[in-house]
Amino acid sequence: MALRVSDLTVHYRTLRGAVKALDGVTFEVGDGEILGLAGESGSGKSTLGKSLIRMDGRMRHVGGTVELDGKELPIGDDGAMNRFRYKEVSLIPQYAMSALNPTRKIGKMVADLLDSHGVRYKSVEEELGRRLDLVELPAEVLGKYPIELSGGMKQRMVMVISTLLDPSLLIADEVTSALDVSTQKAVATTLAGFRNRGFVKSMIFITHDISLTHQIADTIMVMYAGKLAEKAPADTVVRAPRHPYTKALINSLPEVGVQYAERKLAGIPGSPPSLLNPPAGCRFRDRCPLAFDKCGEQPPAVEVAPGHLVACCKA
Amino acid sequence: MRQYFGRKLLIYALTFFAAVTINWMIPRFMPGDPIQGLVARAQVADPASVDAMNAHYRNLFGLDVPVWEQYMNFWGALLRGDLGLSIWAFPTPVSDLIVRAIPYTLALLIPAILLSWWAGNRFGAFAARRKWLDNTILPVGYILTATPYMWLALLLAWSLAIVAGIFPVSHAYSFSLTPSWSPEFLGSLLAHWVLPFASLFLVMFGGWAIGMRNLIIYELEADYSNYLLALGARGKLVRDYAFRNAVLPQITGLALQLGTIVAGALVTEIVFSYPGIGYLILQAINSQDFFLLQGVFLFIVLGVLIANFIIDAVYTLVDPRTRVRLQGAGA
Ligand SMILES: Nc1ncnc2c1ncn2[C@@H]1O[C@H](COP(=O)(O)OP(=O)(O)O)[C@@H](O)[C@H]1O
Ligand code: SF4
Ligand SMILES: [Mg+2]
Repeated sequence: MALRVSDLTVHYRTLRGAVKALDGVTFEVGDGEILGLAGESGSGKSTLGKSLIRMDGRMRHVGGTVELDGKELPIGDDGAMNRFRYKEVSLIPQYAMSALNPTRKIGKMVADLLDSHGVRYKSVEEELGRRLDLVELPAEVLGKYPIELSGGMKQRMVMVISTLLDPSLLIADEVTSALDVSTQKAVATTLAGFRNRGFVKSMIFITHDISLTHQIADTIMVMYAGKLAEKAPADTVVRAPRHPYTKALINSLPEVGVQYAERKLAGIPGSPPSLLNPPAGCRFRDRCPLAFDKCGEQPPAVEVAPGHLVACCKA
Repeated sequence: MRQYFGRKLLIYALTFFAAVTINWMIPRFMPGDPIQGLVARAQVADPASVDAMNAHYRNLFGLDVPVWEQYMNFWGALLRGDLGLSIWAFPTPVSDLIVRAIPYTLALLIPAILLSWWAGNRFGAFAARRKWLDNTILPVGYILTATPYMWLALLLAWSLAIVAGIFPVSHAYSFSLTPSWSPEFLGSLLAHWVLPFASLFLVMFGGWAIGMRNLIIYELEADYSNYLLALGARGKLVRDYAFRNAVLPQITGLALQLGTIVAGALVTEIVFSYPGIGYLILQAINSQDFFLLQGVFLFIVLGVLIANFIIDAVYTLVDPRTRVRLQGAGA
């Protein structure tokens, strides 16, 4: 297993108390696997992604472990994590358009970044050229400032930079949200291509767009209010979901596997509970059509079929 | 790019033209008659003599021709570098007075602006990284910039000059000495320079430091900083990038400050009776010397315009974003 996350719990410190954004999440990602991470906005997807590479100042690692290629990641220790960042775990951020220093030539910035990791620019220059070629960027972009690139070019540039040192795990957080539909598809295809060529071993592809995830992910994990709801092979999640929340998500799509535009998750009435003081028991209870007495206790994630986890007492 | 600077030059030329015109108009259409003041100073009682003197001075200052002709003459004289005669220091030409005042203003302001800019930026960037420094010293900076400059200057003059007697209170050098290159005279110059310089340095330093600290914190929270940190870049690299980007707006600020040099530090020069351009302005106002005031203002306008033009040029050099935008616009 490339990545093994056990019982991961992460809180945000706020003036009103701890926001329990990630509460005992356990899952694995295999070598060569693309895991699609789905769920409504606020369900904790970005928190999970950030926990695996760099927690922001307000996040606190409360419990649980993360193991990558058999080594435990010191995710709560910002200094110790530096050794793993970029080389082992890398990130394509949501803000690719503004991820590059506006006043530095791109090539120089890459050289500075590599230098931070003790890698000589010369030693990767050739490979960098090949990869730029692969995403159809001219080599001249390295001599340019970010403002001279179009949005799509910046997006591809960031994809190339983030994967240059062949990380074991790549986290792509909502990389397609800002793009139009055809570009979304191209970006997703490029990322799958990176995996196929071995630039990255495994990937967590975060999006609230299940139909896009379905196109590139091998496995889909659905989160709800800081907890895992369901995790299964992509086709199973889309065609035979078992968790009531996943079902509602899928039903809110016009047609499975077909592009949809606006409706997204509008089909589920109600909203997720506050994570400051989440209610005991199943967190979906208030919105669940199947809720019954037993749902007052937190349902554990059960393997209902090989590789198919569901956290619901009705499943 | 060429087009851009061409357009800028045109705008500057128009601004200059308008400023000169307004400058010419104000004293002529304002109440009060400087000539009468000059005549009154002579304390002549005989009405015939008064009339004669009036006529003489009107002719001397070129006020005895139609207004439009005065305006044309004004431009003609201006282009020859002739700013007229001062009434306050009659009959010294205004341009001579300005030329004499410039070295004092420059010697005061250039070191104060440049050093406070440099030190303030360094200190602000440093404070942004240390919580304890940020929490303890920053309030001092705020107090420093919030203090009315007048108070600070008077406080310095009172404590270090009057009470402690370490530095002289006023003027540029001791009147018991004749200006020369002797060590004694230079020492006197330096001693008289310290307090006005220090007062300017202190207020400007606080402003730069706070500005830099806020800019750095903003840059450190920018997306490009977060990206680098997520990819494990060394803290020093991220800070260097942030510093570089934060310095850009400070360069604009510096250039604007340099533009004000020509105006002199009015209050400083008044508090310490330091004979620079600001001191000239005070004298000109006190003695209703419109010609001197006009000359000084023209000089200031010219200085601000030149400084702005230089800023524009420098900015296109240091910030690739401006450069690219200009090239894009030119293409
Ligand atoms: N900086 C923060 N401070 C406090 N709460 C936060 C912060 N960032 C996110 N949260 C909360 O954590 C929860 C999960 O957020 P997030 O991981 O961003 O969700 P997603 O990426 O799935 O939209 C949300 O309830 C959100 O309000
Ligand atoms: S545990 Fe109960 S409330 Fe939760 S999803 Fe299952 S049925 Fe619904
Ligand atoms: Mg998110």
